[in-house]
Amino acid sequence: MTARFKFAYASAVVLAAAAAAVLVSALVLAAIGVEPFAVFAVILTEPLKDTFGITEILVRSTPLILVALGISIAFRSGVLNIGAEGQIIIGIAAATAVAVSFPGLPKPVLLPLTLLAGAAGGAVWGGIAGTLKAKRDVNEILSTVMLNYIAAQLYGFLLRGPMIDPEELTMGSGTPQSVRLPRAAWLDRLIPGTRLHAGLIIALVLAVLVYVLLWRTTAGFRLRAAGAEPKAARYAGIRVQRSIVAAMLLSGAFAGLAGAVELSGVHRRAIESISSGYGFSGIVVALFAGLNPALIPPAAFFFGLLLLGADMTQRSMSVPANMVYVLQGAIILAIVSAKAVLADQYAREKAYRLYGRIFDRRHPETP
Amino acid sequence: MPKPMANTAEPIRELRLEGVTKRFPGVLACDDISMEVAAGEILALVGENGAGKTTLMNILMGLYQPDGGRILVNGREVRFRDPNDAFALGIGMVHQRFMLVPSMTVAENVALGSKDLHKFLRLDLAEARRRISEVSEHYGLSVQADAYVDQLSVGEQQRAELVKTLCFGARFLILDEPTSALTPQETDELIELLKRMAGEVSVIFISHKLNEVKALSHKVVVLRRGRVVFRGETADHSPADIAALMTGHEVVLPRNDCEDDCGKVLLSLRDLTVRSDRGHAALEKLSLEVRSGEILGLAGVSGNGQRELADTLAGLRKAEGGSVLLAGVELLGKSPREIIDAGFGYIPEDRHNEGIIPSFTVRENLALKDFAEPRFSAASFLKWKEIEKNAAELIERYDIRLSSSQVAAGSLSGGNIQKVILARELARKPKVLVAVYPTRGLDMGASEFIHTRLLELRRAGKGVLLISEELDELMNLSDRIAVIYKGSIVKILESGEATLSRLGVLMAGVEEVQA
Repeated sequence: MTARFKFAYASAVVLAAAAAAVLVSALVLAAIGVEPFAVFAVILTEPLKDTFGITEILVRSTPLILVALGISIAFRSGVLNIGAEGQIIIGIAAATAVAVSFPGLPKPVLLPLTLLAGAAGGAVWGGIAGTLKAKRDVNEILSTVMLNYIAAQLYGFLLRGPMIDPEELTMGSGTPQSVRLPRAAWLDRLIPGTRLHAGLIIALVLAVLVYVLLWRTTAGFRLRAAGAEPKAARYAGIRVQRSIVAAMLLSGAFAGLAGAVELSGVHRRAIESISSGYGFSGIVVALFAGLNPALIPPAAFFFGLLLLGADMTQRSMSVPANMVYVLQGAIILAIVSAKAVLADQYAREKAYRLYGRIFDRRHPETP
Repeated sequence: MPKPMANTAEPIRELRLEGVTKRFPGVLACDDISMEVAAGEILALVGENGAGKTTLMNILMGLYQPDGGRILVNGREVRFRDPNDAFALGIGMVHQRFMLVPSMTVAENVALGSKDLHKFLRLDLAEARRRISEVSEHYGLSVQADAYVDQLSVGEQQRAELVKTLCFGARFLILDEPTSALTPQETDELIELLKRMAGEVSVIFISHKLNEVKALSHKVVVLRRGRVVFRGETADHSPADIAALMTGHEVVLPRNDCEDDCGKVLLSLRDLTVRSDRGHAALEKLSLEVRSGEILGLAGVSGNGQRELADTLAGLRKAEGGSVLLAGVELLGKSPREIIDAGFGYIPEDRHNEGIIPSFTVRENLALKDFAEPRFSAASFLKWKEIEKNAAELIERYDIRLSSSQVAAGSLSGGNIQKVILARELARKPKVLVAVYPTRGLDMGASEFIHTRLLELRRAGKGVLLISEELDELMNLSDRIAVIYKGSIVKILESGEATLSRLGVLMAGVEEVQA
């Protein structure tokens, strides 16, 4: 089998998967009575037409990058963390609590403290699932999903009770939201007049650091080893249980930080549905990037584009913005299927035989 | 002859391969291979792991397409595009790993593979049973048609697989290392069975166990690195001749005959008591000593506590009582890391999932126990250059065959994986090495290599605990042989006292009567 055939085969599989994702999305769009390719055109081009669009894509990419980095640490360590959504929410709650409790602190102290509080909140929430798995062998997929629900309810309670803006109670409509954070806890906007904030820089720096962590440090070696084959790792003296807890703490911390960055860079107060599904979209981004930190920023940009584009189609073509989740779902299915097909050596042999038969070449390899 | 059932093709009177060649990236797996098998003949195809035997048979079954050469049946050229084409001509293969659905009965398995028995929404099991009984009567191959496959022993499963293949109409059988999973008794039965079947079916028998080849085959073809290096009548050649052809040099199992005085006690187990996963006693007050410059063999039927003993020594299983001293240091209660650092080397039973991390590169696996040492890291950062240098050195020194130190270790052959593990463990200069079934499933060349290294370790004054089922291996290498039965040592024999029959009796748990 020639290298050229292999490359062509892999490309064909990937293209077929992409085509399938497009087709599925198109069918759903057609079913709700809109012209699918017009919608795709709007989603993929409209946001790129001006600075506003591009900055808004980057605003959405920032939490996606942070979440996806955490997800790739967890997945590479053999822990399937589906709980980023809950970890984001707890991160927001913790960051808000710290920021509004110390309004008098100067910015160089309060801002880092706020972000760290967010990371710590997410780490605690992820750590619960990690500890349960390490100590009691509780399936982390179940526990993280359940913890998402608990986090959502807890957050709703906090915003309606202890953390609600007192003014909402006295003169407002009772909207469940916190007070505005003190200015010292705000991330600066990078371009005046847009929402693009310094969180993007934090996310990009962390992408480099996660790459270094996983492939250049002993801690990363340990995490990857424990994730790839826990049995061999145990024989090699690696404490696998500890690695599971560490991976979930780190993964949760990234999600919590994503929440804190979103809070202090964009909304500047805790409101309901602040995370808008970044915890799940972040998983898609991480998988799309092949769990490779270097590819996560571009992947996050692509999904930021989809999210914004879907918002725009809602406005301009009255297609529900939630359509973007259909797209995401189709993309996940396409990635997973393409991976399964590419892992199947016999399928490739079969394709090669078919190729040989179609072109009726006895020995396609010898020129 | 039984009437052909699923198969109406004319019988294969002669199958001939001419110049078959198959290339994989960087490897010439089959290089211009020619051979022929006549009706009713048994041809043994022998060669070390990686010599190209399985690739060649996959070509014959239509799983791979050859890059060159041709296949002739009864003088006519045929092309097998997939296994169905091979089936249609009556060629069937029994794989090393049986292709049976474990949760189904034998009859269901047969019906599943026979397209003509697929009726609307059901399988014609009555017809499947009839075919099974016809085949088993004809060949004297007893098998229970209604037994569930996962309830059968390995030997019975293999008979079921054979019956299935015959029911599909195969009269030309390819058996890929059929005895590798069988007990000695089952192996003898299989050989008797195949002898009876010879004459009616043709067989290509892949093996690297030369006594079986000798007992069974009419002709033998030896492959080495993808080439036919020898073909001839089996009767004219001794197993030693064939072994030499296989490896390219005279094979002498290294014998342990140096008279080093066994020194001080390096590893001492006292009254070790351990429970198994199910909670019953796996080791009961087991006591054992390994001295420096000694290989202590541990013989026993597997399942008598060997696995639990090895796990306990590696620190992965808690002991209920007793003590384990390594050069005077208590190991019980220590973490695996502390045990490794105390000078404990280990070749685990499951080389694929315990010895290496299959998805990691070879160089990562070679540094698996030391990546945090100053040699390979500074201030928590890995020194990839040093890791690579170490890998290059070990690959060279231990003759590990691969295209690059950055291929996934799991993609290597069993022998090369074992070399990776051995290289890593020996490079750490352990005081004591525990080797669990170190040569299981390996060919003679790789086994010999591993034996040599174990003997070198002994000569260097280290202690080796060799846990094995291969009595030849134990008797050739060990200074003393301890026999384990139901979690206790029943007897320790000096190498001179150990005989096959004496060990066999002890392993079966029969008390020796004191003379």
